[in-house]
Amino acid sequence: MTQTNPASERAAETHDIVGSGHTFGSVTDKISSIVQTTRTPKAWYVGFTISFAFLMLLMVSVAWLFVRGIGIWGINIPVGWGVDIVNFVWWIGIGHAGTLISAILLLMRQQWRTSINRFAEAMTLFAVSCAGLYPILHLGRPEYFYWLLPYPSTMGIWPQFRSPLMWDVFAVSTYATVSALFWFVGLIPDFATLRDRATSTTGQVIYGILAMGWRGSARHWRRYEQAYLLLAALATPLVVSVHTIVSFDFAVSVIPGWHTTIFPPYFVAGAIFAGFAMVLTIMLPLRAAYGLEDFVTLRHIRNMCYVLLASGLIVAYGYLMEVFFAWYSGNHYEAHVILNRFYGPYAWLYWALILTNIVIPQLLWFSRVRQNLLVVWLVAMSVNIGMWLERFVIIVISLHQDFLPSSWGMYTPTFWDWSTFFGTIGLFCSLLFLFLRFLPMISIFEMRELVHHVEDEAH
Amino acid sequence: MKQSPLFALLAEFERVEELRSAAERVRDEGYTQFEAYAPFPVAGLAEAIGFHTVLLPMAVLGGGIFGCVAGFLLQYYVAVIAYPINIGGRPLNSWPAFIPITFETTVLCASLTAVLGMLAFNGLPRPHHPLFAVPAFRRATRDRFFIAVASSDPKFESESTRRFLQGLNPSEVHDVPR
Repeated sequence: MTQTNPASERAAETHDIVGSGHTFGSVTDKISSIVQTTRTPKAWYVGFTISFAFLMLLMVSVAWLFVRGIGIWGINIPVGWGVDIVNFVWWIGIGHAGTLISAILLLMRQQWRTSINRFAEAMTLFAVSCAGLYPILHLGRPEYFYWLLPYPSTMGIWPQFRSPLMWDVFAVSTYATVSALFWFVGLIPDFATLRDRATSTTGQVIYGILAMGWRGSARHWRRYEQAYLLLAALATPLVVSVHTIVSFDFAVSVIPGWHTTIFPPYFVAGAIFAGFAMVLTIMLPLRAAYGLEDFVTLRHIRNMCYVLLASGLIVAYGYLMEVFFAWYSGNHYEAHVILNRFYGPYAWLYWALILTNIVIPQLLWFSRVRQNLLVVWLVAMSVNIGMWLERFVIIVISLHQDFLPSSWGMYTPTFWDWSTFFGTIGLFCSLLFLFLRFLPMISIFEMRELVHHVEDEAH
Repeated sequence: MKQSPLFALLAEFERVEELRSAAERVRDEGYTQFEAYAPFPVAGLAEAIGFHTVLLPMAVLGGGIFGCVAGFLLQYYVAVIAYPINIGGRPLNSWPAFIPITFETTVLCASLTAVLGMLAFNGLPRPHHPLFAVPAFRRATRDRFFIAVASSDPKFESESTRRFLQGLNPSEVHDVPR
């Protein structure tokens, strides 16, 4: 590359959110041809088979759980919340990036979101499905999960609305519903495109039903845009509220290490961090596999790296503040939790957390690193692991040694803890593979709109 | 008035700029029952066909207020009336603890109203529409732009309207059978 002045470089960058030379027709064909083909790539079969095998592992684990009860997991007193709750928080955090990319970046008019939002929303939906399983599996009597819902029962009792666990029920179910709505609304015009492109009757009928008769009239579009913008405006505070409420599950209790005011913002930042890492983890291989370099450009990857860096630093600030609070509060138990993290039996997990979540992501400061996609992928993977460790550190280390040394104990996850975890990864990946095969992974109509804007700017 | 065998006349355009100016010309000519079609939301197109609405945002506001009030009242009813629990004499209507769920129900009802309202006002789902009988209209979801003047328009007259549409310089004018 030759030397260019900063101004022209900037101009080039504003345009390179979509590769040059694309027309309305070409973006439509490129994206929908991934779905509307009779040739499924071999790699898809391989990927789906492996994911499906793990999904079956989940089925086995859940069946055994229902037979034997949660005693098959390693949880007991004092550590009553183990890997299952770690996984719940981990998955729900991953889900948040989808809403953030779709809603917040839409409100901020960040056009680069267009080629990644559909995919990220799908990821949200699948991650929330995985997350939603855990609290129910954790109930011990999962068949009575509906007792959480407020309905006039013959037992004459009602849920306790002052409990953060009830808030959680409402937050997660609202979040799942709104994410699904947002995703589906975004898909309607694309279903119409697929309907009109379909050559087989089956395709025409199925996509026709899903498109619900969408014709793209000016009146349709006006109401559609109104609805989409309002949904984005509603989803933005929602996503913040959901992880805030998840953090309340901990912060409202009196357990040392949980009872801090920093939890809500620190959890939300952690969710953004984890979510963007997961988007990168999945997007980078997909981009290579499906040849989407024109739509997911280096600029997208660079921007996502910036978000990772920024949210990672907020998370680092959260870690720092936890230590500060423990010292400044003068509270013996809080201090013990931090010292136990530093030097206790699980200390290696704490230091692994610092390494994977704080130290390694700092590589993204270097533009050479950001351009090396393999390294970016490895950094994102490190954050995925780090965020899992973070929840383990918060939950298990705080619980296993609390106030009275007589009630201290150790927690070791069992095979079934791990099989359930890897099983939900299988569920997530299976859903993802089905999504890639049957639905457009990039919003087609928004890409056409983007092409239109780029053309307008060029004129 | 005898019923026209046509549902509408459909003019096809290749460029979005042509669509916008043509829509304005149709509106200025005095037609009222016409519609513009584009494969993506075109800024200013709704204005060009003289369409203005705040019904949906108002409905969403209403949905949000309903969700907010209903969510709070549900918790109030449960905590104060149906199942009061005295915990150390603390007030039964402990409203700060009810805020998170009130917020969630507000967002839930507003979002549901936004989606269902958008579909309802748009007249969807509507599995069949006369326009789908025109093969060229398939490209309305791809790369072509259309204006349909409905035969129900008081000013519609099959020959003169056809001449007028042809004067807008479309690539083609299609008949849309009933």
